Amino acid sequence: MENVVLRGEKISFSYDGVKVLKDCSFSVRSKDFAAVVGSNGAGKSTLLKICLDLLKPDEGNIWLFEKPIDKFQEWDKIGYVPQRILNLNLGFPATVEEVVSLPLHITNKLKNLSKKDKINLTDKALKAVGMENYKKRLIGRLSAGQQQRIFIAKALISSPKLLFLDEPTTGIDNETEEDFYNLIYKLNKEEGITIVMVTHDYTDIKSMVSRVIQISDGSISESIHNVEDGDIR
Amino acid sequence: MIEAFQYEFMQRAFIAGIMVAITCPLIGIFIVLKRLSMIGDTLSHASLAGVAAGMLWGFYPFWGALIFSVIGALAIERLRKTFSKYAEISNSIILSAGIGLAVVMIGLAKGFNTDLMGYMFGSIAAVNSQDILIMSLLSLIIIFSVIILHKKLFYIAFDEEGAQISGMAVNFLNMYLTILTGLTVVVAMRIVGIFMVSSMLVVPVAAAIQTGKGFIKTIFISVIFALISVIFGLIISYYLDIAPGGTIVLLSVSILIIVLIIKAIKKEK
Repeated sequence: MENVVLRGEKISFSYDGVKVLKDCSFSVRSKDFAAVVGSNGAGKSTLLKICLDLLKPDEGNIWLFEKPIDKFQEWDKIGYVPQRILNLNLGFPATVEEVVSLPLHITNKLKNLSKKDKINLTDKALKAVGMENYKKRLIGRLSAGQQQRIFIAKALISSPKLLFLDEPTTGIDNETEEDFYNLIYKLNKEEGITIVMVTHDYTDIKSMVSRVIQISDGSISESIHNVEDGDIR
Repeated sequence: MIEAFQYEFMQRAFIAGIMVAITCPLIGIFIVLKRLSMIGDTLSHASLAGVAAGMLWGFYPFWGALIFSVIGALAIERLRKTFSKYAEISNSIILSAGIGLAVVMIGLAKGFNTDLMGYMFGSIAAVNSQDILIMSLLSLIIIFSVIILHKKLFYIAFDEEGAQISGMAVNFLNMYLTILTGLTVVVAMRIVGIFMVSSMLVVPVAAAIQTGKGFIKTIFISVIFALISVIFGLIISYYLDIAPGGTIVLLSVSILIIVLIIKAIKKEK
């Protein structure tokens, strides 16, 4: 069996008594590019938050790298890019360098690195997203697309194996959106990072995804996408 | 100006003032960035109840302020969970409880005297050696905590979900920050006065943020702004014989206005 990095089993979740997810099971394998799709309010972001242990399901279990989520410790294997543009405080006094290097001071594996190694890792992550010349700039003074690249650099700095993205192109213009998807695709194909991306419209990334997790009426239907011919099997 | 430093009470006031100028922005930066500016007001009202309790039952008011401030901090965190969809309510509840208790106890103690006024509006002459000792101890706790935890607290202020995913004990750190805010209120109340502590937490930080620098530089700039306000505020209040709290706060607001004007002029160019 291929290496399953994320598995959900019979997940149910309600908000204030209203059932959002019912008996949802799914799995994502290593190096997949999975799109979590569905209409607005379908429960896509809720499912993502459950996968990240930000919300507890009413029933069911999540496994990350074959470990039940409550026993999972290796969070440096996980990267997360939030639906950021809408929430970011543009006046926040932080440089790009300060934001990207944040995980280096938190995770046990990385916080004991030398200052030089931390600078090198920050530079490498910024280079991976094409933002190496913006180190000293304030995050709030960048364009929406640039800000989202910075959040990807921050997620990449701990060399994650699994990257979650929650509607990452919200508030970004079409041209930047295309560049952004190409960057994610490159991370998936060239770096072998498994991608789980929540999106309400996956037409633009249809040719890139290898797995679609469709949520409708609280239930999940999964399909494997054939990247070669662009059709869903 | 040299004359002012000849007196022991002024030396104590300056030592206390410098501690206030360092600790307030160190904690203020996190509460401003987390949009919790109201918390300083809440905890200062809780500490007023503690001061009143000390006066009523005859113990050192500093201990009362410290205990009530920490209890207030813990209660805010608890109520935030109860009213998770209306987080600001917890501040209003503790503020109301604090001021209510304070008024009742001041009444019972028939204690509306100069000493209480000193706690409410700040005082140069009232800072004694025991105050300095406790303020130093609390300041050390605050400074070391921020040195050790500033990256984690910065991460939480910037992106709480991201911090939680990275495996950080976010709930514990949020509670610890609230307790540190309570300790800062107690450090600052003697010089700045209970009613103006909140301004010292917020205004120097607000001015520093306007200079458009990164996080670490913003912290240093806010401490410099606070030091200027406190040092000149104490000197002015000594020579004009007025309460230092108001003078210090007005100076820090003046700095904010100057920064905003300079920023507007630069933008015009």
